Amino acid sequence: MDLYEHMGKDLFRAHAIATPHGIVATSPEEAATATAELGGRSVVKVQVQVGGRGKGGGVVLVDSPERAAEEAARMLGSDFKEHEVTQVLVEELLPIAREFYTSIMLDRSTGGYLAMMTAEGGVDIETLAVERPEALRRVGIDPALGLRPWHVRELTATLPPDAREGAGEVLRKVWDLLGARDLTLVEVNPLVQLEDGAVVALDAKVTVDDNALFRHPDLEVLSAQFPIDPVEARAREADLQYVKLDGEVGIIGNGAGLVMSTLDVVAQAGGRAANFLDVGGGASAEKMATSLQVVLSDPAVRCVFINIFGGITRCDVVAAGILGALDRVEARVPLVVRLDGTNAAEGRRILGEAAHPRIVPVATMDDAAAEAARLAGAAA
Amino acid sequence: MSVLVGAQTRLLVQGITGSEGTFHTLRNRAYGTQVVAGVTPGKAGQDVEGIPVFDTVADAVRETGADTSMIFVPPRFAADAIVEAADAGVGLAVCITEGIPVRDMATVHAYLRGTDTVLVGPNCPGVITPGVANVGIIPGEVCTPGRVGFVSRSGTLVYQIVHELSTAGIGQSTCIGMGGDPVHGIGFIEALELFEADPETDLVIMTGEIGGDDEERAAAYIAEHVAKPVVAYIAGFEAPPGKKMGHAGAIVTGSAGTAAAKAEALEAVGVEVARTPSGVARIVALRLAG
Repeated sequence: MDLYEHMGKDLFRAHAIATPHGIVATSPEEAATATAELGGRSVVKVQVQVGGRGKGGGVVLVDSPERAAEEAARMLGSDFKEHEVTQVLVEELLPIAREFYTSIMLDRSTGGYLAMMTAEGGVDIETLAVERPEALRRVGIDPALGLRPWHVRELTATLPPDAREGAGEVLRKVWDLLGARDLTLVEVNPLVQLEDGAVVALDAKVTVDDNALFRHPDLEVLSAQFPIDPVEARAREADLQYVKLDGEVGIIGNGAGLVMSTLDVVAQAGGRAANFLDVGGGASAEKMATSLQVVLSDPAVRCVFINIFGGITRCDVVAAGILGALDRVEARVPLVVRLDGTNAAEGRRILGEAAHPRIVPVATMDDAAAEAARLAGAAA
Repeated sequence: MSVLVGAQTRLLVQGITGSEGTFHTLRNRAYGTQVVAGVTPGKAGQDVEGIPVFDTVADAVRETGADTSMIFVPPRFAADAIVEAADAGVGLAVCITEGIPVRDMATVHAYLRGTDTVLVGPNCPGVITPGVANVGIIPGEVCTPGRVGFVSRSGTLVYQIVHELSTAGIGQSTCIGMGGDPVHGIGFIEALELFEADPETDLVIMTGEIGGDDEERAAAYIAEHVAKPVVAYIAGFEAPPGKKMGHAGAIVTGSAGTAAAKAEALEAVGVEVARTPSGVARIVALRLAG
C-alpha cells in the first residue's frame, strides 16, 4: 500500500524525523485557512499514490491564502496522472540551502534492503542513476544485521561535511521506522538542508507491506482515504482481483499468472482485454456471479472470456457455478467458456447439456481467445 | 533421479491438522509420496489418517527421519516454521503459505544462507516429480513422467503449461513452483543449476512474469553456465502497469521489469521465448525432435 505524502510524514514525525509543518485540506477554503495559519505563504501539494508531482504541476508555491484557494480549487476533484485528487497538503515554506536524496527499500534481487543517498536531490533520480551512477551511493543492508555505522558513514560521505550528522540521523531513524512499521520503501526526495544547517525531509514516499497490515491496524484504516472505483470496491469485497482496462473482451480466470497469460493470448488474437479479473481458487456460483456482474458492469464489454484451469478447483463445479450465476445475472453478451484440467470432460458435458444461448464452449485457450476476439469485433 | 523430491523423500507436514494441510497431505500420500510425520504444536500423540503428529519438527525428525518439510502454517507463524525446519536439520522446506510479511521473509532468507536447508516458496504450489512424489498442491493428474525440467513463478501457469506438455506427449522430470513473493527461496538460477546437473533432464522450461529481475539474472546465468536447451514463457505483455515502488524500483533492478524487457534479455542469450502457453509445448517438441 502506497501512502499519501502526509501519511508518510505522520510516520516520520512519530519517529522524530524532521518534516515541514503541514495541514491537510479537502476544500479551497481549508487551503486558504491553512495558508493564513502558516503566515500567508505556503506550498500546495496534491496527495496521490503516484510520483512525479513536481514536474506534473502537482506542487505549487503560493504567496497568499487566495492563491492557495485558487490552486486547491484547480487540484481538488481533478485527475492527476489518472489518480483522483481528494486531498491537498498545505505546507510551510522553509529557507532551503541544499537538496539531497535518500531512500531505503526492499531489494528483491538480494532478499535484503538497499539504502541510497546522493547530494544531488530534487532531480530525476532515475536519470541520475543512469547518467552518473557514481553520484549515487548505495549500500546493501543485511536484514539480520541492520543498518551499520559504516553504512551511514559510506552514504553520508557524499554530502557536504556539515550535513552529514543530520543526514545520518535521518538514515538511522528511517531504518528503524522501516522495521517498526513493515515498510518496503521509504524515499525522501528531496531531503533538504536548511540555511541554519538542520536536515529536514521535504517529501515522503512510503510503501507499506500489505502482508504485514495485520500488525498495523492504524495503517490498515488509512486505505479508506484512497478513492476507489465502486466496481473495484465491489470486487475487492468479494475477494476478487479486478483491474479495469480499455478493451472490449471481459476476462475471468483463476490465478494471476493464467489471467495475465489470457490477456496476452487475447491480444495476439486481435482482441483487447476490458479487464483483469482473478476469481481465485474455488470458483463457486456465488463468486462466478459476482465476477460476471463486475465484468458486465463495464459498458464497453462486448464478450466475456471465462478461462478456467481446474487444478484443485474441479471443472464440473465451475461449470455448475457458471450456470448458477446465469440464473442471477443477465448475460447481455456472449460468454466464451474454456474449461480444462481436473474433471474438464464432466464440466464441458454440463455446459453442453444446459445449452445456454449465451454460452460458447471452446476446448482450448488459443481457440477460445480467437473466438472471444472475433465475437467482440463482430459486435462492434 | 530428478531433482529436489523423489522416491527417497521422507516428508513431514507443518500445519498438518489444518484443513488445507490435511487435504493436501493426503493427496500427496495418495500420489505416492512417503509422508512420515506431521507437526502441530500441542497436538503430539494424535494422528492424521495414520500419520503421527508431533509438537515440534525436531521431535518429528528424531522419531521418523523426515528430511523434507511441507509448510501449511498461517502467514503470521510461517516464517518461524521455516526457521524451525532449518534448525531441525531438514534439507528441503517447501512453504505453500501465502501472505507472509516480507520483512519476516528477508530475515529468514538471511538466516538460511548459513544453513544447509534449501527453501522453495513461500506462496508457491510446491514441487512434483511426476509418477514418483508430490510435495505441494500441484494437481498430479496433469503431469506425466518424462525428461523436461520445469520451473515457474506462477502457480496456475504451471498447471496450464504442464497440461499443454502432457497433451503433446512431453513428460516432465520435475516441476518446481518457486512462488512469486519478492523474497523467496530457490529461484530460476538455482533450479537451472539443479536441472543442468540432473542426468534425467534433457531440456528446461522456465516461465516468468512481470516485475523484479529474476528473469534477467537467469538470462545472464544461462549464458555462462547452462548447456542444456532452455525454453521460456513470460506472462504479462498486456498486463496493466503495476503500482510503482517510487522511483527507486527501476534503479535497483536496472530493468523496467516488463515482459518485453525480460523476453529480450532471454532471447539475447539464445533462449527461445514462447508467446503463448501452447507455444511452449510446440517449441519444446521441436527442440526435442531436433
